[in-house]
Amino acid sequence: MTLSGILQSLDQDAVALYGYARDAAAQSATSIQAIRPESSTLLGFARGIGLQAAVLIMVAGLCWRLAGILLLRRRPQHALSRASWLGRVGGGAAMIFTRSFPRRTFLPRIGVSVGLSTVFHVGFFAILLGGAPHILIIHQLTGLIWPDLPKGVVVMISGLTLAAMLALLARRIAHPVMRLLSTPDDYLSWLAVFLPVLTGILLSGETIASYESLLALHILSVELMMIWLPFGKLMHGVLVFASRGAMGFNFARKGAAT
Amino acid sequence: MNAEAKPPQPPARAPDVAEVATAMRGFVSDFGPTAALALESCVHCGRCAEACQFYVQTGEAKYTPIHKIEPFKQAYEREVSPFAFAYRWFGLAPKVTGPELQSWQEMVYDSCNMCGRCSLICPMGIDIADLVEQARHGMFEAGLAPADYLGALAEKEHLTGSPFGLTITKFQDMLHAIGIEHGVVMHVDEARADIVPTVSSIDLKTYPASMAAIAKILNHMGASWTFRTDGFDADNVSLTAGDRQGQRTTTMGIVNAAIACGATTLLMPECGHSFTEMRWEAANEMGHALPFSVLQITEFLAEAITDGRIRVNKAQQKATYHDACQVSRRGGATAAPRVILKALGVDLHELEDAGDANWCCGGGGGVALINRAAPLRAKAFEIKQRQVEATGMETVFTSCSGCRQTLEHGGKATQWSTTVASLLELVADNLAS
Repeated sequence: MTLSGILQSLDQDAVALYGYARDAAAQSATSIQAIRPESSTLLGFARGIGLQAAVLIMVAGLCWRLAGILLLRRRPQHALSRASWLGRVGGGAAMIFTRSFPRRTFLPRIGVSVGLSTVFHVGFFAILLGGAPHILIIHQLTGLIWPDLPKGVVVMISGLTLAAMLALLARRIAHPVMRLLSTPDDYLSWLAVFLPVLTGILLSGETIASYESLLALHILSVELMMIWLPFGKLMHGVLVFASRGAMGFNFARKGAAT
Repeated sequence: MNAEAKPPQPPARAPDVAEVATAMRGFVSDFGPTAALALESCVHCGRCAEACQFYVQTGEAKYTPIHKIEPFKQAYEREVSPFAFAYRWFGLAPKVTGPELQSWQEMVYDSCNMCGRCSLICPMGIDIADLVEQARHGMFEAGLAPADYLGALAEKEHLTGSPFGLTITKFQDMLHAIGIEHGVVMHVDEARADIVPTVSSIDLKTYPASMAAIAKILNHMGASWTFRTDGFDADNVSLTAGDRQGQRTTTMGIVNAAIACGATTLLMPECGHSFTEMRWEAANEMGHALPFSVLQITEFLAEAITDGRIRVNKAQQKATYHDACQVSRRGGATAAPRVILKALGVDLHELEDAGDANWCCGGGGGVALINRAAPLRAKAFEIKQRQVEATGMETVFTSCSGCRQTLEHGGKATQWSTTVASLLELVADNLAS
């Protein structure tokens, strides 16, 4: 089944498998049966051509950017390495994880930054991988499935994530160093992540609009994020593995501190 | 080589269009996937600022490490990045101008020790110190290395192989004089030798006893060794100035001299950047692996003490130790000086952040050779002064004569009573008979 098809069948499956949309459907004048792509131009677009375009742009952009970086001329290293090839690979793999945990000596000066970004990143992935509708999509795409987080927990995590994002934004604007470094890309990337989290939390509460409209907005905001991913700072979500891995590999060669 | 403090002076003139183009070509010509990944990955989190002594001590955002290479990032985006065409079409990354590059001289040279503390904190794994080294290539090629007097020394080194223009004859005379003064047999220009020690121009000018110390230790070991006057000055000021040609010329002189006498070990002096150059970059400049091993003197001493080739007496001393960034954090030899100090029975009182997270003395990366950077160096020195005083020790050992000199100068300016001493000389003074 295509991703579009999966998204179109999501409402019924969500009800059948998780009961996720049941409350919303009961509260709303709109019945589950009424939630159909045909019933809403916006939702239909979001689930159809919008999604297809987003996937296409994202994949093409990712390929182009990664190729443009990785195909640059590589200079051979002739200096005698302190570590074996396996040791260097291990160093690269280790740094992918260890750089998530700064040295204790740095924490007094970067504790706020580390705390906020940890809450945001953990929260974002908890929503993405713990929310029942998201699990359903992943299940239908890959066959993989795992227990979902209770809806109330997901809502609470979403709230924390939003709060952390707002604090990060305030910090970016207020802190002299971050203000100096920041470009429109940083703010656009922030917005591209903020909108899906915001529309997701609104969708779960169904307070300001119909489930159908909010679902359309949520899907569209995710598509915006997908489209922006290869072109801006969001790409760090992909590049982080390569940049940390490369540094770990090179530093293992020298025996340098990691 | 620290000079007296002078007020900051701007470079004489901004580079013209052709020079800027040269600088940008110089910069992007270095680019491979690792450097590209680094620039593409930065999320502008600003954490690198909190690891940098110049930002921490001044609070000025412009000293944020990743900001120091901003024009070069701009050049990368316009010329090399996967979306370079879009950056040019939409004017997203304007061309770097001469005045802009001129104004960046302070960022790229005066306020970066290339100590790599920022590289240690970066959550994205960006080696900012390495990027600064590459940015300096572009700056040098645009004629923007600080002339007073890092650039001047690099120029002399480029021409003569020695930043002070020391000739072979002069070096021979110096070595013989040092041998007589210290009562030690100097081996000079022998046709065959296993070990070839090199020297730093700082040692030549200020700490000649360190050359006597090397000789004394190698004689004690009964080693086959010789100084080579056809390739001796390992300082490589060119590396910190950004002169790639001078860097290679200087390195080749030493490599060829070591090869000529069939050396199996090239011994690097108590000098951080010379070790970086010879241990990690020389082979790449030569295009092949070096036919001998390259050891920093502390590594060599630690190994020789451990395997019994060097026997030492107990020094019965209390002291602290300052790590040279290029030897410890970036060179992988953090443990070596501690092995030596332990063998000597030194009661070591470590500095806060000792070892891999150590703060630079403030003079690294050629900053000690930039006159107008003296006020910034003094700010960086304050950290070290505080840390040393917190240990209550009256002696701080180090294994880099650049650090030693920077700390001595900083101490002189503040009437500091602490003694800064060489680890190499400590070993030489405590050899078991």
